[in-house]
Amino acid sequence: MLTNAMAIRSDEPELRALMLAALAGDASSHKVLLTRLSALLRSYFRTQFGRMGRAAADAEDLVQEALISIHTRRHTYDPSQLLTPWVYAIARYRLVDYLRRTKSLRATVPIEDAETVTTDDARAATDSRIDLNVLLAQLSPKARLAIQFVKLDGLSVNEAATRLEMSPSAIKVSVHRGLKALSSLVRQRNRT
Amino acid sequence: MKTDELISMLSTNIEPVKSERLVVMLIVSLSVGAAIAICIMMGMFGTPAAAFRGEHVVLQAFTLLFTLGLVVAGSRLLVKSARPGQSARGPLVAIGMLFLAFLTAACAALIAATPAAWGDMVFGPQWSSCLLCIPLFALAPFAALFWAVSRGAPTHLARAGGAAGLVAGALGATVFALQYPSASIPFVVFWYGGLIIACSAIGALLGPRLLRW
Repeated sequence: MLTNAMAIRSDEPELRALMLAALAGDASSHKVLLTRLSALLRSYFRTQFGRMGRAAADAEDLVQEALISIHTRRHTYDPSQLLTPWVYAIARYRLVDYLRRTKSLRATVPIEDAETVTTDDARAATDSRIDLNVLLAQLSPKARLAIQFVKLDGLSVNEAATRLEMSPSAIKVSVHRGLKALSSLVRQRNRT
Repeated sequence: MKTDELISMLSTNIEPVKSERLVVMLIVSLSVGAAIAICIMMGMFGTPAAAFRGEHVVLQAFTLLFTLGLVVAGSRLLVKSARPGQSARGPLVAIGMLFLAFLTAACAALIAATPAAWGDMVFGPQWSSCLLCIPLFALAPFAALFWAVSRGAPTHLARAGGAAGLVAGALGATVFALQYPSASIPFVVFWYGGLIIACSAIGALLGPRLLRW
């Protein structure tokens, strides 16, 4: 933990500057920030999973949950404070929430099967079990199209508004609600 | 889904975000909750008048200092609880000191009086209406504050719920005090204080159920 804490402190100013730019609406800073944070989160969750004897590959599910949380709750960051304690508090919350959600299910897995459950996972290290298309299909049509156009196809809000015959602000609301709904779907998906 | 894909999705077309949004939402819900509580109070008792007559002014100021002090300190705890990674020690100490100071004042008032008067001081004429009205007036602020905190990112759910309950209880007590002139210092501290703590305890119990995200 000590080495971890030292690593955080050294790149804290850089990460914080990226966060402030991202909060101001700079998409490229946001992307760099999330990429850097995903590495921090990955090593945090893998360490924690290692300690608990869980498969490190499952950690990627949590990395993605935490990234979505960081993104959708970024208004709760106080710019006058350090960024990394905020990030780690969210990561810890996501971990505790994940353990609570999976506890009852884990308890039903017999010991001899636990070995196979935790080792049969051969998927790539930065891939999660979430299939975005399956999740998108569960959203309302409006939210699905808004996310498809604005977040996946990269259309501007105005372009998406014209195509969907909605006002730009309605598009923004749909994207926002859609992301919230996606994050709860991801958590449900990660229950198993 | 690859994490890189998720990151590109999240960072495409982002909107600027104001960090004051959380505090604004809390202030708005606090005001809405207080306004509803005042409407309920005026619907039940009419316009408050008796509480502000000369003879009660000192005790009334004492009561409002107690309840509004808890509203302010509790709101600071609430903001800290809605933001991940912030220490709550400052506001928790402030809340503890407030209770301690007013408890001391209440004990001093009891000591100064004759033991024969203690019963009347602690069980003032309005203990039953106080028991009913403070939780009733706290209801709307309670719901509004829980809503606002759930828009934030509370990571200690019992603490966040307890803070919301404390502020709601203190607001309910404030509104009650606007109508009812208090009987005595010990009455205010024991009954109002006790009911505020009860509201906070209910909030702490409900927090882990209602505030998950």
